[in-house]
Amino acid sequence: MTAAHVIFLVTAVATLGAALYVVTARNLVHAALALIASFFGVAIIFVLLQAGFLAAVQVVLYIGAIAILIIFAIMLTRRVMQDTGPQTNRQWWVAAIMAAVLFVALLVSLGLVPSLQDVTQPVTALPSPDDSLRQLGKSFVDPNQYLLPFELASVLLLVALIGSIVIAADKKQP
Amino acid sequence: MIPLSWYLALAAALFCVGFYGVLARKNAVAILMGIELMLNAVNINLVAFWHYLAPGLIAGQMFTIIVLTVAAAEAAVGLALIISIYRRRSTVVAEDIDLMKW
Repeated sequence: MTAAHVIFLVTAVATLGAALYVVTARNLVHAALALIASFFGVAIIFVLLQAGFLAAVQVVLYIGAIAILIIFAIMLTRRVMQDTGPQTNRQWWVAAIMAAVLFVALLVSLGLVPSLQDVTQPVTALPSPDDSLRQLGKSFVDPNQYLLPFELASVLLLVALIGSIVIAADKKQP
Repeated sequence: MIPLSWYLALAAALFCVGFYGVLARKNAVAILMGIELMLNAVNINLVAFWHYLAPGLIAGQMFTIIVLTVAAAEAAVGLALIISIYRRRSTVVAEDIDLMKW
């Protein structure tokens, strides 16, 4: 047991606990705050995996944008959905059984791949964080690498921006 | 070093928790929160495989960034739809939004 193991285990337990609270909490605002905690746990996992840029993006994008958007939506739709009464539908036990079965199936299939069992080190040396980030930035603008997916992602974001304005706009007001 | 399988087990657990949330919650916003949890689990998987099996290739991080972009677009459009439905029908309960149910 090294320090990394301890950090991983504590983070994993905190992330999963927050995630469980997200799906079971009555009060949706509390659920959204737990969701932020869960996102932060995933960012720590990214740091453990030496993907510092992705950890920063995770904090900025998920916690800074998506979680705030979700809290806005909760506040805007709060009046009808009171925090009393059941928050789950009638088939929640079927959902619980299916999620448990899926989890067991994933773990079993993980055990069936022997080559994954004993991977404890990266197969080759990791590039230094600076190199990795430089490589990532260059591959975004290299036509032989990821220029097209990058542009497609930009167009997707533009379409989502215009689409959500059109959908959510109140047409009755001038 | 932490074994790769630990990360994969964490991602599987997080995915299943999100899956339960998507299937069991009534509130449409809560369903979206479950979807975000599932996308996060997928990202952990992608970054873990990049770190352990292909650290020289940048593709692993690139996939994660594309997933993040799509998640942002999905959250924006999904929440806009929920707000629009709330304005027209005054509900965010997924069971009550049955206009297209035959």
